[in-house]
Amino acid sequence: MALTSQLTIGNDVRGDYRVVADFVPEGSRVLDIGCGDGALLDILVRERRVDGRGMELSQDGVNKCVERGLSVVQGDADEDLTDYPDGAFDVVIMSQTLQATHDPKGVLQELLRIGDQVLVSIPNFAFWRNRMQLLFRGRMPVTKYLPYEWYDTPNIHFCSLSDFVELCEELEATVVDTVILDGQGNKIPVRAPWWMWNIVAEQAVFLLER
Amino acid sequence: MAVEIPESDATPDPLNEVNSPSSKCVHFGVDQALPLDGGGTLGPWQIAYETYGTLNADKSNAVLVCHALTGDQYVASTNPITGKPGWWSLMVGPGKPIDTDKYFVICSNVLGGCLGTTGPASTNPETGKPYGLTMPVVTIRDMVRAQARLVDHLGIDTLFAVAGGSMGGMQVLQWAASFPERVFSAIPIAAGARHSSQNIAFHEVGRQAIMADPNWAGGDYISKGVRPTKGLAVARMAAHITYMSDESLHQKFGRNLQDRDSLTFGFDADFQIESYLRHQGMTFVDRFDANSYLYVTRAMDYFDLAKEFGSLPKAFQGSKTRYCVMSFTSDWLFPTSESKAVVKALNAAAANVSFVEVESDRGHDAFLLDVPEMFSTIRGFVTGAAAARGIPAPGGR
Repeated sequence: MALTSQLTIGNDVRGDYRVVADFVPEGSRVLDIGCGDGALLDILVRERRVDGRGMELSQDGVNKCVERGLSVVQGDADEDLTDYPDGAFDVVIMSQTLQATHDPKGVLQELLRIGDQVLVSIPNFAFWRNRMQLLFRGRMPVTKYLPYEWYDTPNIHFCSLSDFVELCEELEATVVDTVILDGQGNKIPVRAPWWMWNIVAEQAVFLLER
Repeated sequence: MAVEIPESDATPDPLNEVNSPSSKCVHFGVDQALPLDGGGTLGPWQIAYETYGTLNADKSNAVLVCHALTGDQYVASTNPITGKPGWWSLMVGPGKPIDTDKYFVICSNVLGGCLGTTGPASTNPETGKPYGLTMPVVTIRDMVRAQARLVDHLGIDTLFAVAGGSMGGMQVLQWAASFPERVFSAIPIAAGARHSSQNIAFHEVGRQAIMADPNWAGGDYISKGVRPTKGLAVARMAAHITYMSDESLHQKFGRNLQDRDSLTFGFDADFQIESYLRHQGMTFVDRFDANSYLYVTRAMDYFDLAKEFGSLPKAFQGSKTRYCVMSFTSDWLFPTSESKAVVKALNAAAANVSFVEVESDRGHDAFLLDVPEMFSTIRGFVTGAAAARGIPAPGGR
């Protein structure tokens, strides 16, 4: 969840936020899990007029959200999602956080239970640069977008896009839409088969439904 | 010198404020008797309160602050008995998180209290004597009903915010549950939706200490011209321990000796912590009535919102109120788990809730102290709620 704020590029809105925001219907009930300082939630509340809620692990993040006038609870995605009733939200968002949870499968199940639609953005570990670093340097990949060393990364459950899609199938979730992005969060406008996306995408946003 | 607990000739007398308080006070006649949870009604009765700031034209900026067990209506002004500044003057005042330049702040003494609202020390108009134990036992909901009458009296329909810590937080939750349409935002701090078994246990120790004092005289001490100061002081000493954390006690006192170089091998206050507690007990009896302590602790013990509504989510079903729930890491009297139970219920009820667990080693008392994280969160929450309520900024028209 530390990633959320790490990935804000300067004062610009993170690219994947734009992509995520575009998927969120006007006026819907939204829960943003791992909402960091509330940047995305703030956009959604102001621009898409959503009834927005957030969950964030760090006290600092929660404070910043509450100071912005957002409704955010301090909580841990691994433990506290069970508090929400089934179908409590139109859209549940987990942006760059799933790979930092202890039980991504259990968390994803919870997201699908709570939200009618689930928006998940994840880094793609099978991005070609990562593959190159492993293949030629024999080292765990460190990139501008994923700047951590193996020993200090909060990302304890990396996956590739293909891995994630497989998990969705296992959970009987429908992948309604996918947008692939570069490290800055810009859309990569290529129509290509999945194996290709799994190479060129540095991150991706998935829209899922039960 | 070790601090001694004084005999019952204590000055100043906390009972000076009971019937004719220095603060504002509304009197309700028999025709406006207050129905009580325990059955029957109370009337005539009165509620003592203070206000700060100015009520705006559309009466949308009223904030009700609810005080804790031994608090009073002097939230941001000098207490007439102790001469000390308001108990939450760090939180409430000009430019403070609950800004009296912007909001109209109301704080009343609780039902059962001893600072001017009807309580066991008040004179029973039927007998001309203090109620003593003939005063009916009151609940947190009774306290809130009484406050609602005051808010009615002030011509206010919806409160912009209801805020309070500890027992004050219980009242906040009761307000939100009982009068959902009258509470725009709710700030329960270091509280819970029920009093735990452990909390009831500590209160029982305090009550037994009071009732074991021969000067308590079956609750009739005022008529007999005595005061159960020893019992009340011991009750306060026991309670005071629960307001602090092990760590804060250790930091403040450790095993340090009080004005001496070695142990006395006696039962004098050798340790600073003993001397400190005796001092806390001694000063408390100068400002609080023993029977009030029995009644108000009982009200806390009886508090259980889930029981009242069938389940905790039901207490908040359909609630449109914005909540800011707060707990402190080192508070073992109302631990974070109690606040989280409230948050869970609010989530289940799809309510609009923020929750922060503030890092502090000061224990339960943290809500009364200078804890910057608490102030910044409350300031942010209140500001956000004000924007949602359409309350203009200070100096705004």
